[in-house]
Amino acid sequence: MTKKHVSTTINGDAIEFLCDPNDTLLDVLRKELSLTGTKEGCGSGDCGACSITLDERLVCSCLVLGVEAEGKNIGTIEGVSNKDQLHVIQEKFLEHAALQCGICTPGLIVSTQALLKENSNPTEEEARYYLAGNLCRCTGYDKIIRAVLDAADVMRGAA
Amino acid sequence: MATVFFSSELIKFTGEEQVEVKARDYRALIDELVTRFENLDKAQMMEMAISIDGLILVDPLFEAIEEESEIHFFYFVTGG
Amino acid sequence: MSEVKEYKYIGQRSIRPDGFEKVTGRANYGSDLNLPGMIWGKILRSPHAHAKILSIDYAKAEALSGVLSIATHDDFPDLPVEAVVAGEGTANLRDLAQNLLADEKVLYHGHAILAVAAISEAIAEKAVNLVEVEYEILKPVLDIREATADDAPILHDDMFTKGLEEVPTVASNVAARTEFRKGDVEVGFADADIIIEREFYTPTVHQGYIEPHATTVSYDESGQSMVWCSTQGHFDVRASTAKLLGLSLNKLKVVASEIGGGFGGKTIVYLEPVAHILSKKSGRPVKMIMSREEVFKGSGPGSATRIWVKIGAKNDGTITAMQSNMSFEAGAFKGSPAMLGGMTIFTPYDVEHMYAECYDVVVNKPKVAAYRAPGAPQAEYAAEMVVSELAAKLDIDPIEFRLQNAAKEGTQTIYGPKMKAVGLVECLEAAKNSPHYQSALKANQGRGIAAGFWFNIGGMSSVTINMNPDGTGTIVEGSPDIGGSRASMQMMAAEATGIAMDKFKPIIADTENVAYNASTGGSRTTFATGMAVIEAGEDIVQQMKERAAAVWNVTAAQVDWIDGVAVNTAAENRLTAAEICAGVGRTGGQISGRANINARGAGPSFAVHVCDVEVDMETGKVDVIRYTAIQDAGKAIHPSYVEGQYQGGAVQGIGWALNEEYVYNEDGILQNPGFLDYRIPLASDLPMIETIIVEVPNAYHPYGVRGVGETGIIPPLAAVAYAVSDAIKAPVTDLPCSPPNVLKIIQSK
Repeated sequence: MTKKHVSTTINGDAIEFLCDPNDTLLDVLRKELSLTGTKEGCGSGDCGACSITLDERLVCSCLVLGVEAEGKNIGTIEGVSNKDQLHVIQEKFLEHAALQCGICTPGLIVSTQALLKENSNPTEEEARYYLAGNLCRCTGYDKIIRAVLDAADVMRGAA
Repeated sequence: MATVFFSSELIKFTGEEQVEVKARDYRALIDELVTRFENLDKAQMMEMAISIDGLILVDPLFEAIEEESEIHFFYFVTGG
Repeated sequence: MSEVKEYKYIGQRSIRPDGFEKVTGRANYGSDLNLPGMIWGKILRSPHAHAKILSIDYAKAEALSGVLSIATHDDFPDLPVEAVVAGEGTANLRDLAQNLLADEKVLYHGHAILAVAAISEAIAEKAVNLVEVEYEILKPVLDIREATADDAPILHDDMFTKGLEEVPTVASNVAARTEFRKGDVEVGFADADIIIEREFYTPTVHQGYIEPHATTVSYDESGQSMVWCSTQGHFDVRASTAKLLGLSLNKLKVVASEIGGGFGGKTIVYLEPVAHILSKKSGRPVKMIMSREEVFKGSGPGSATRIWVKIGAKNDGTITAMQSNMSFEAGAFKGSPAMLGGMTIFTPYDVEHMYAECYDVVVNKPKVAAYRAPGAPQAEYAAEMVVSELAAKLDIDPIEFRLQNAAKEGTQTIYGPKMKAVGLVECLEAAKNSPHYQSALKANQGRGIAAGFWFNIGGMSSVTINMNPDGTGTIVEGSPDIGGSRASMQMMAAEATGIAMDKFKPIIADTENVAYNASTGGSRTTFATGMAVIEAGEDIVQQMKERAAAVWNVTAAQVDWIDGVAVNTAAENRLTAAEICAGVGRTGGQISGRANINARGAGPSFAVHVCDVEVDMETGKVDVIRYTAIQDAGKAIHPSYVEGQYQGGAVQGIGWALNEEYVYNEDGILQNPGFLDYRIPLASDLPMIETIIVEVPNAYHPYGVRGVGETGIIPPLAAVAYAVSDAIKAPVTDLPCSPPNVLKIIQSK
């Protein structure tokens, strides 16, 4: 198969890569570009571990083809913190012990960031439904939801 | 004398639920038991965990056995 | 209860030291290692549930351009029938090899047969599809009843039931019978005013860790190899791989990656020995990652069970006898946790007469692996359902009923020892006094209460703490951190040495950089590895005092150690840890604390859960609307992560109770090997999970720790199912309480 050339932007960096037409964007990120922060839990869009943003839209990168990244703006977990400063969402995940094994954490943080961009003051129920596509097997979600709501308060300046 | 209690699986080999044994440590205890009950298999006994007065020991060998202590043999447990 | 100690560090809610790399995506998990020249391994799996393999022809696969090596069962040396550590104790080495790559027979849909390594995943997959296997299809056995029927197809011609009075002469699908007895149940039942007996069913479930199994193995020409993998115990991966391949332990360096969940399912090997064969034969590093479908088909599951329970009680609420006959599916090879079911089923109760018979039954499903408190959730589910029903029939509050019969210090267990101080009564009292239990229910709502018991274990742990010249230190441990244990090690090191928490960095070393550690499992890590950390910390304090004494020309006994500072009160001399460490060259060399222990005295733990559900009577859908998990931690080192274990266990159990099950068609083909159809709980399915930490210290741990990882998954099955039965006013016996199953009960009332 002839590889396709793709020009895209990832976490603000202009990036070019070659990929097979049937490679998923997740494969490209992890294998081609060594951005292994985005995790693969199922490869079928059921677990959300590979959540990224594509032109600000939250997607499962296992359901996007690498070639679809052409000309797009991609956001991954590696772009969430600012230099050596954690994002408030990351701080709150740590403070609330919202991770145990941590494999779902990158996806959840990316999804939470997308949630809070759309809705800066979600109710518990809204947060639970927005994040329903991100499976976590360790925590029972309690501490994740608390971290998300607390982060929302801080980001709004309400806390 | 220490009292040794057998699980229902071991009673098959001992025919008794409990016995009084004089032994100063674990090794002496095992030797005494396999001598007294010839159907008991030494290697199998040593694979079992024991409790001495409630303290659970998985791999005893040198463990001292006090007078009057209660000893239970039971299956080794692991977990997830 | 012993006196309450004051602690400086433990009990705080500190930030876990490995958290930063986990919230930024920097942490490296099982599939995150890439090596130069690395190639990809893929596995061919059986499309049939039960079949003889007549021939395997891989000539076309081998000839495909880009294929570099192929592994089959023939690549294993002749193996002795020898036990190896495998999650629930031990597994037979030959069975393990047959499970990794089948030889004469495939025993379940998804059973691995052959592996190919190629320069890309796509080529490896293509090669796998070119392999031609000729099968003679056999009738599958898919459940305990089928397996034990008179004309049942036999999985293993050489398997004869162990533990029977008479040695059997005919092969059977029943691997073993075990029994546990205390008193005489007939006497107990004769004494009862009321007796309830029921049979319960629980389906095959999966641990459901989000990270699939993954490994990268690199073999070099000197015969040395490096195995990188996601595991709960890299020393046990080393042991199994070495035994299976006939290698000495010093030829294998096993590195535990960060681990994306395990719950018991990552205590055994699936890929590592196979990747080792592929790497050796190709001379290239080989990476293997299971797809999610392979995870469901080829790894994990927890046993399906059929459990009959009979319990008798007097009108005054005294339980007089408890009896059970339980069968656990082992999957394709013997070794289910049936015995652990027998040991745990009635252990929350102080009852004179008990009897449990346990059967280990093979069926054409994947070989079961340990799953969080293996055997206990299914067994205690059955007992707790009947206990709750008895309480209702006797018109006694279910918590009062349990309090009246609760196990406590001195209670004789069915499996052997007498209980030391345990926290069941305290958990029941906390449940009774909780705002949740005192709240009222509405229409179509129901409430369930259930208790849970798990042993917890100790075992071997090795820790070295190396002090640096500036007074900071590295805690070198070997227990994979699956839920925040590095934080608790850091806190215990600080508590033991008086040196501030942030001065210590905990690391999980590979098999060459720390001595043997048993797996992270059995709720042992904070207990046993924690104990080693404390001992290593005390070793450091002793050495610090000796060095200070040498400097001051006094004896070590004249030196006090106060909050990380050596003090000689008489002479008003002080030396901080940092000052002592800076000068070690002049006082005898570097300071390292060390402990290699076999931790004893693991403390049993009890939990009590309260669950409220609301049932949609038209659809049978069940919503958990309020949930409280109460558990005895002994001592909570890091309360947030202790609560996290309670909450995670509760929700895993809620999933088991409500939705999770392996669905097979009549040919034994798994119908739902994915997260869409095997439905684990989502954030939107759940309320907040309220927690209460009870602390009845374990006398055998310096800080009273019991271990908290497993017990929390035991009570939810009965707490949820009984709440459903309370809401629909009809008994529930079979899990899951999925909408069709619940609707069926409602409609047949």
